[in-house]
Amino acid sequence: MSAFIEVQNAEMVFTSRKGRFHALREIDLKVERGEFVTLIGHSGCGKSTLLNLIAGLLSPTSGVLLCDGREIAAPGPERAVVFQNHSLLPWLTCFDNVLLGVERVFGASESKAQLKDRTEAALALVGMSHALAKRPHEISGGMKQRVGIARALAMEPKVLLMDEPFGALDALTRAHLQDELLKIVARTKSTVVMVTHDVDEAVLLSDRIVMMTNGPAATIGEILKIELPRPRDRIELAEDSAYVHYRKQVLDFLYTRHGHVERAAA
Amino acid sequence: MVSAVFHNPSAAVRSTEPAKPAVVRATAPAAPVTPPRPARQPFDWPALGWRVLPPIVGTSLLVLVWHLLTLEGGGAFPTPRAVWDAAYVLFSDPFYSNGPNDQGIGWNILYSLERVALGFGLAALVGIPAGFIIGRFAVMHHMAAPLISLLRPVSPLAWLPIGLLVFKAANPAAIWTIFICSIWPMVINTAVGVQRVPQDYLNVAKVLNLSEWKVITRILFPAVLPYMLTGVRLSVGTAWLVIVAAEMLTGGVGIGFWVWDEWNNLNVAHILIAIFVIGVVGLLLEQMLMLVARRFSYDD
Repeated sequence: MSAFIEVQNAEMVFTSRKGRFHALREIDLKVERGEFVTLIGHSGCGKSTLLNLIAGLLSPTSGVLLCDGREIAAPGPERAVVFQNHSLLPWLTCFDNVLLGVERVFGASESKAQLKDRTEAALALVGMSHALAKRPHEISGGMKQRVGIARALAMEPKVLLMDEPFGALDALTRAHLQDELLKIVARTKSTVVMVTHDVDEAVLLSDRIVMMTNGPAATIGEILKIELPRPRDRIELAEDSAYVHYRKQVLDFLYTRHGHVERAAA
Repeated sequence: MVSAVFHNPSAAVRSTEPAKPAVVRATAPAAPVTPPRPARQPFDWPALGWRVLPPIVGTSLLVLVWHLLTLEGGGAFPTPRAVWDAAYVLFSDPFYSNGPNDQGIGWNILYSLERVALGFGLAALVGIPAGFIIGRFAVMHHMAAPLISLLRPVSPLAWLPIGLLVFKAANPAAIWTIFICSIWPMVINTAVGVQRVPQDYLNVAKVLNLSEWKVITRILFPAVLPYMLTGVRLSVGTAWLVIVAAEMLTGGVGIGFWVWDEWNNLNVAHILIAIFVIGVVGLLLEQMLMLVARRFSYDD
């Protein structure tokens, strides 16, 4: 069985005025349909770069990326991205922000009313029906991120790519949105690739955790399969021995074997 | 606290008092009675005074100095009183017309504004799209940048002979001069605005795979609008500066020519009035565009 997303021997070298920077080397990764994969690593390890490669916002220096058997050459609506800083357009209402993507994907084949229904349904899915006419600056950070997720989901993407989606939120809001994301993903059976630096988030959400070594020339250090039954409950899991074990393995990788970036860089 | 009670028995009595109101306050929000509206703030007269008085004092000082300097009389420079009287006569009938060389000050201002509107409008029509193109495509930027840097600092009046040569008439030449001088701030600000559109928004456009038209209408245009309006404001200011100089050279009806005409008549009072009027009109144009800019500013 061939994987849904396939990264084959991808290399990424940035050339800037300061010189060449070897960001990623020999990345090989397969993501199955409906799988939830998180990329974790210290900051600067190139996990966002890998996500941007899959999104098509960057092109690899060498190597091949495939999505559903086709080469990824440019961004496309079948690979929706949720950005860390939500990236909603401040001059559009929440409704219009979501509609923008919906129009692009379904505008040619569906009526205005259907597009409107899709947009409203997506906002209802993330619990934002009350803020259709609000602009991004009128709602909280957590709500903006929900709208960002709604915008991505409304396009019915084959893959949801999330770049530290909850990184800028406070701990309580983050936990709440993680729970909601789990429910939404269970309902929509989406394939998700998420970048995070939060160990608990990774263990709670993932089917597999891709742990990356420190840059420069970072690569995949280890892949940890999380075999916890779903639906997962964060309170029960807190004392679950398997959960604690997985958590410790990730921490061990990040802090013992691939310790501080500062020391590595020095 | 204890020492306070010890030293001042009356304070001890007072300190027990707040306990009661505190209890009342704690229960108040639970009561269904709507809380009374907060009393209206008493009007802040001193603050208003501090805002209004200094400008008045400053203006009065200027008039006073002017008055003292012209007290002797006999000089060419009129007294404030004389200028005031002249202005009264002038503004009591601003729209008379005794042939092309003797028209009311209202007509002169309107003719000047018309030229500014034409020159500036054409500049906006050309400059804003040009700014978009220069900002969006690096090649165009590299092509245009040296030309803009070279032409922008050129004095407005240097362009006038070119206008006269090409159009062979005074009025189009004046409009041309305004056009060429007011186009630069709009081109430059629009281009800078386009270049500074946050990468996040452009990434959104790429991920949503928006068409170039949607990118322009939904992302570039709203993001650039504040920069563009700054350019427009600077341009109108420049246009209004240039018109006076251009009209002095080209003649016809207009506030600039009027200043020159009054100089030939040695009517200094009218020149001073013209300076004041030019200032007021410039200020109004600026304020008008500030209002527009505020309407289109958005908070992130």
